[in-house]
Amino acid sequence: MNTQPVTITFDGRPLTAAAGQSVGAALASQGITAWRGTRKGRKPRGLFCGIGICFDCLVTVDGEANQRACLVEVCEGMEVEGS
Amino acid sequence: MSSTVTVDVAVVGAGPAGLAAAVAAAEAGARVAVVDAGSQPGGQFWRHPAETVEPEPDGHGHHGWNSYLDLRARFDAAQRAGRITYLPGLQVWMAERSEDGFVLRTTAAVGSAHPLTVMAARLVLCPGGYDRQLPVPGWDLPGVMAAGGIQAFIKANGVLPGKRFVIAGTGPFLLPVAAGVAEAGGKVLAVLESSSPSAWLPHLRAASGVPEKALEGAEYAAVFARHRIPYRTRSIVTGVLGSGKAEGVRTARVDADGRVRPGTGRVYADVDVVGFGWGFTPQMELPVSLGVETRLDADGSLVGVVDERQQSSVPGLFLAGEVTGVGGATLAVLEGLAAGAAAARPDSDVPVKQPAAIARHRRFARAMHLAHPVPAAWQDWLTPDTTVCRCEEVTAGDITEARENLGARDVRSLKSFTRAGMGWCQGRVCGFAAACLGAGPGEAPDAGSLAGSAKRPLAAPVGIGELAGLDS
Repeated sequence: MNTQPVTITFDGRPLTAAAGQSVGAALASQGITAWRGTRKGRKPRGLFCGIGICFDCLVTVDGEANQRACLVEVCEGMEVEGS
Repeated sequence: MSSTVTVDVAVVGAGPAGLAAAVAAAEAGARVAVVDAGSQPGGQFWRHPAETVEPEPDGHGHHGWNSYLDLRARFDAAQRAGRITYLPGLQVWMAERSEDGFVLRTTAAVGSAHPLTVMAARLVLCPGGYDRQLPVPGWDLPGVMAAGGIQAFIKANGVLPGKRFVIAGTGPFLLPVAAGVAEAGGKVLAVLESSSPSAWLPHLRAASGVPEKALEGAEYAAVFARHRIPYRTRSIVTGVLGSGKAEGVRTARVDADGRVRPGTGRVYADVDVVGFGWGFTPQMELPVSLGVETRLDADGSLVGVVDERQQSSVPGLFLAGEVTGVGGATLAVLEGLAAGAAAARPDSDVPVKQPAAIARHRRFARAMHLAHPVPAAWQDWLTPDTTVCRCEEVTAGDITEARENLGARDVRSLKSFTRAGMGWCQGRVCGFAAACLGAGPGEAPDAGSLAGSAKRPLAAPVGIGELAGLDS
């Protein structure tokens, strides 16, 4: 596979990901398992269903809120923020 | 303003059933549009790395890859010939009947691309399904994933979401998930199956009708042996342990009804991913919103009723794949071919191809469901503070209280009293469990309660601007 690296930022920190990976995969493969706190209990959440059903993995991508990390593909310079 | 595509046949979904339906309809002469949430064809079953990075995936770890390649070649040819309009990256958020057939309103699955409306004389719904979940204490910790989500992660990304895995639940699907983890270099500490192999004994005749499943089983057995993966039957995860993320699991042995056998508890430490799968839930919101007749399948799921040509109770609306009963990709392809051909020529009396194969696969699926039931006693595994609805953080205690004190026994009443199922996922994850809890300990939900869960005013979250655009 042609895995040329791309660089994204997560909460301002640079991360290296493989082209074609999802944002969720880029985070999880760096050991980042949670990037959102629940509204009531502020409980940590990350990937769960992995296929766009559960909305647990929501992130802000390039300023656009509520994007599913399991569906969004990384691209060079992408800015990802948790909440 | 949204632009409009008008065709003879619209197909929703580009997995095994949707690809087959689109190809069959196009080859029968129809103009076809295919709407799919994915960014490339294949669905969940044939999910593969981004074709922009890996243009010719080798199908490693896939079953039926030759079937995919055949359908894909025909799909691409029909696209080049202008008979299929492929609309990836779009989710249908509303489907309606019109004088001329059906209207689908779509929204971008990722980002905010221009919305699109599809109008079609006939409609084939192939939305597939997703892992069915039963809550247990700790299942909301990061690191806990749907078993299918782990598999999708590996298929799409070529890497693992962690290092040390426990896979639990019921059904043959746990085997390819665990095998996929091991083949990708992960450590599978155990696969826990709540049922027992003896549960298959009454169904051997149905199983022998689909011998390729036995071959698949033998492949997994070889992978399990090579990687020394323990396969523990009549065993469950009673709780996920960890602070801020999954770090271990507590397990126990259960009897045939799923009641925990005292003194059988053990702990697996140093776990970073726990995968759960309790069969599948068909994605029923579009069929339900269009008013199709439904029934309960052998696995307790709500599914659509279809005739031998895959037509639902709504004329011109065809269903194929998991929404007619969870049965796997081979059956989904056969149903998709039948549905697509019938949707292209609704008045034709050409008989359905391979009706015997469809019947054999349905018998096998029924046997599988009966051998791998949701354990009757699963509600006993919960504590009052176990989260059931992950989105709205509603606990088992909240739901039990609404049932006992407020008489909320179906999903819709539970939703209004507790907010279970009112969050982002609209009850897709907790709907089955909430319906069970509403029915009460040891009880399974009826079709009415499950239909209440699948009834969603919007089939996907949508922007206010797109709603406002509906006035036209």
